[in-house]
Amino acid sequence: MTLLEMKDLTVEYKVAGGGLPAVRGVNLNVDSGETVGIAGESGCGKSTMAGAILRLLPATTKVTGEILLDGEDVLGMGWARLRAVRWSEASIVFQGAMSCLNPVRRIDDQIAEPILVHAKKGDATATSKAIARRVRDLLEQVGVPAWRARSYPHELSGGQRQRVMIAMALACSPRLIIADEPTTALDVMVQAQVMNLMKGLVKETGVGMMLISHDLSVISDVCDRVAVMYAGRVVENGPARTMFTDAVHPYAKALTGAFPVIGDPSSRMAPRGLPGDPPDPRELPTGCPFHVRCPMAIDECTTNDVRLRPVPGSSDRAAACVHVGHEPALAGPASGGLGEDR
Amino acid sequence: MTETTPPVLEARGLHVGFGRVRAGIPAIKAVDNVELAVGRGEILALAGESGCGKTTLARAMLGLQKPFRGQVLHNGVPLNYSSRGLKAFRRKVQLVLQDPTGALNPRRTVYEAVAEGLRIHRIPGNEKDLVAGALSLAGLRPAERFFNRFPHELSGGQRQRVVIAGALALKPDVIVADEPVSSLDASVRGEILALLLSLRDQLGLAVLVVTHDLGLAWNIADRLAVMYLGRIIETGTTEEVLAAPSHPYTKALLSVLPESNHMQPIILQGEPPDPSNIPSGCRFNPRCPAIVDGSAERAGVVGDCLTGALPVLPAYSPHMAACLLHRDTGMVIHSGAAEATV
Amino acid sequence: MTTISPVGPTVEEAQGSVVWARRRTAIAEFWRLFRHDREGMIGLCLMTSIILVAIFIPLLAKTGWSWMHWADPRGLSVTDAPGKPIEPPSWHYWLGTDFNGRPILTLIIYGSRISLLVGLTATVISMVLGTLIGIFAGHFPGWRGGAFNKFTDWFLVIPYLPLAIALATIFGNSLPKLFAVIVVIGVTSWPSTARLVRAQTLTVEARPYLERSKALGGGHWHQVTRHVLPNVMPLVIANTTLTVSIAILAETTLAFLGLGDPLHASWGTILHQAYAQAAIANGAWWWVVFPGIGVVLVVRAFNMVGRALERILDPRLRERS
Repeated sequence: MTLLEMKDLTVEYKVAGGGLPAVRGVNLNVDSGETVGIAGESGCGKSTMAGAILRLLPATTKVTGEILLDGEDVLGMGWARLRAVRWSEASIVFQGAMSCLNPVRRIDDQIAEPILVHAKKGDATATSKAIARRVRDLLEQVGVPAWRARSYPHELSGGQRQRVMIAMALACSPRLIIADEPTTALDVMVQAQVMNLMKGLVKETGVGMMLISHDLSVISDVCDRVAVMYAGRVVENGPARTMFTDAVHPYAKALTGAFPVIGDPSSRMAPRGLPGDPPDPRELPTGCPFHVRCPMAIDECTTNDVRLRPVPGSSDRAAACVHVGHEPALAGPASGGLGEDR
Repeated sequence: MTETTPPVLEARGLHVGFGRVRAGIPAIKAVDNVELAVGRGEILALAGESGCGKTTLARAMLGLQKPFRGQVLHNGVPLNYSSRGLKAFRRKVQLVLQDPTGALNPRRTVYEAVAEGLRIHRIPGNEKDLVAGALSLAGLRPAERFFNRFPHELSGGQRQRVVIAGALALKPDVIVADEPVSSLDASVRGEILALLLSLRDQLGLAVLVVTHDLGLAWNIADRLAVMYLGRIIETGTTEEVLAAPSHPYTKALLSVLPESNHMQPIILQGEPPDPSNIPSGCRFNPRCPAIVDGSAERAGVVGDCLTGALPVLPAYSPHMAACLLHRDTGMVIHSGAAEATV
Repeated sequence: MTTISPVGPTVEEAQGSVVWARRRTAIAEFWRLFRHDREGMIGLCLMTSIILVAIFIPLLAKTGWSWMHWADPRGLSVTDAPGKPIEPPSWHYWLGTDFNGRPILTLIIYGSRISLLVGLTATVISMVLGTLIGIFAGHFPGWRGGAFNKFTDWFLVIPYLPLAIALATIFGNSLPKLFAVIVVIGVTSWPSTARLVRAQTLTVEARPYLERSKALGGGHWHQVTRHVLPNVMPLVIANTTLTVSIAILAETTLAFLGLGDPLHASWGTILHQAYAQAAIANGAWWWVVFPGIGVVLVVRAFNMVGRALERILDPRLRERS
């Protein structure tokens, strides 16, 4: 069943001198038990999108479109309902666990905090003993030894702090977890441990997960489906494995090329990158925002901003590129597919 | 390695430590007896997790940290730690840091940042031409356009190029790059790595790259040294080490990379241990999968793993691993073509 | 090295002009922020008027113009005092007279010169000492910096007033009294600046561009002058105004205790005499109140400006506001 549905989501920040369009029309779904990956670099709008889901953006931000969490419209929710929904229905594992943990409080207190906040009056499960037990269970679930419960954040290692963040996200048994760059600052081995943990959690509890990262190789390993974002829009989506090995959109191809497969002779002594830099949302190029850096740009790209179109020959892939869908050899465009722009 | 010309940068029996010194030995042994050599025009990658001592080793080879035992040699000449000796050394050995934003003084223009080195060493010649030349070499063209810009007006990739230009202006023999691309966007990384490769090809510049990313080593490094807890535990050409790793730690690191489908992931338990408490015997024994799965016992070396001394790998060697499993064969020496898996 | 290119300015000139242009915009931006700080503007106006009074009124009075009679320096003479002793404020002598018959207003105006002079000079000494020692303490690692730090701590914990009295008594006989007072104040107020500068130096030293500067081959002098000092100066400037108010108060205190220079009347000396002559007991409140108000106004003015500067220049405070 569909946990999260985003329809034509647009987010515009208010800055000195006008608006800053961070997200420009995104359609995305997450089902329960499914892990969806969002890949992209700085400025593409992925963290903004994550914040928009729980309405965590600054008050001056303009959010339009529809965000349906379990069928309920988040953008139209009242304040009380929103507070109830936050963390108990959907929670976030933030980027940079170091700064998200209060350095002067012990971690068991911090994990218990969301439980206490969401406890209803007279609720039998909210006794301090019950909460302490739940905290211990959560720590065990994420692989932090129980004796660490009374530690302060600075006494833990980076990987352990990230696990504490995950335990916090699980505290109220949400249906959807949004993980924003959960492994960026971690070592390869610790990253593998944390990713293993998250995969296991999804399998055990059936939560839906949205994993945001710039590391396409991690995403393709953990996620079922992937959406690649650039300049506030989804430029390609599809199953994770095919995305990594066989991306269609030039940007997605470049992104996969940035993470070479060890042992692949084509990437030996041949680092692949894109000229230029990710675009400034305030000064997007005309037409397709990627055409400035695209190795396959044609004249049409400077004027025509292509929307997502289905990739011929598959039913669950789409890409926003002028070269997609014009191959004469393949069958005509399939119907349906993910996140087609209406 | 033909040794008629000495390596451009070498560490011999290097020991670097921090903390309280007792009987001449500091409490924290960050670098514990390392032999490393960077040949002329060679790109050497130094890989390992956080806490393994690779950054300390790099800083010691730059003269920013004084070892308590052992030597750093430049072109065969031991480092003179007087301020005049260091200054002469610094002309030839340059540093590129991880965070290009922090590496540039926000109050100084690009021109001043690049010219800083020229002015310190009073390099003769037309300063403007030298700065323009360095900026062009680093890929910022036309150079004059960048003279009066400030760091905050540039993107991350451009800032890193400015830092590289500042290093190039002194026409060094070798550049030590500490995680040069880890804080940059994925699509920009390839460009910076390609730049380092082209500098090696054009100028014969040697590069010592410190990184936790083995994919980066695959992309640009000729040779690779893997470090664990202050000691180099495997070294050889990049192909040899990555395609056919012999040390259990290297094998584990490679196996957990998301794109390594051909290997069963070996996820090491626990966090990387800390250098103030180095285990006796082979320092890897608390986590070594060879001990866990019994292969060490079958090989009859488990006793030595727990108590014996770990061999120190020589600076110039064919593919070698500091592992007692291979002790009887006099260290495994792989020929290049065998066991290459793609 | 400069190059003369046939057309247009050299890069150095262009650089120079760019740097100056940038400084101008930075100053303009700073002024804009300062203008909007009410406390700062009030303090600045007060401070400027007091300084203008101290400098110009005596100069104008020398011209002998009749409407400047109230600032006539001859009013300072003890033997030739124009007024009658202990006269309450009247139309003729707006702030009354002291027991010698000298108009309080004249005393205050001329006294302001001494107070400000001592205060500013002592501040300069304190700032220079404090900044140098603070930078050394923060820049040199290990025992060298530690030695400077311990030195600062030592001075910091010595109770200021007994030290000042002791120094003033020792020096007072060998040096001109005024000079002695300035030195005493300078020497006792540098530690707090040194601590502040040391803290800021440590922050700057930790930044990666300092390490890059080292890696490029920059020596201590290069690092300190090109990177540390520019980043430390804003805080030092803010601290300077605050130190001025402390120095003025210190001078007043020392003079009040009788350690000031009796030949050069400052506000402290006025108060000292008032106290010595039991002014309050004699009902001559104007002798005490008006100089006291003067001290308070000056100190307050510098303080207000200093706090406004702190708010604007300290990046951490600025981010929060």
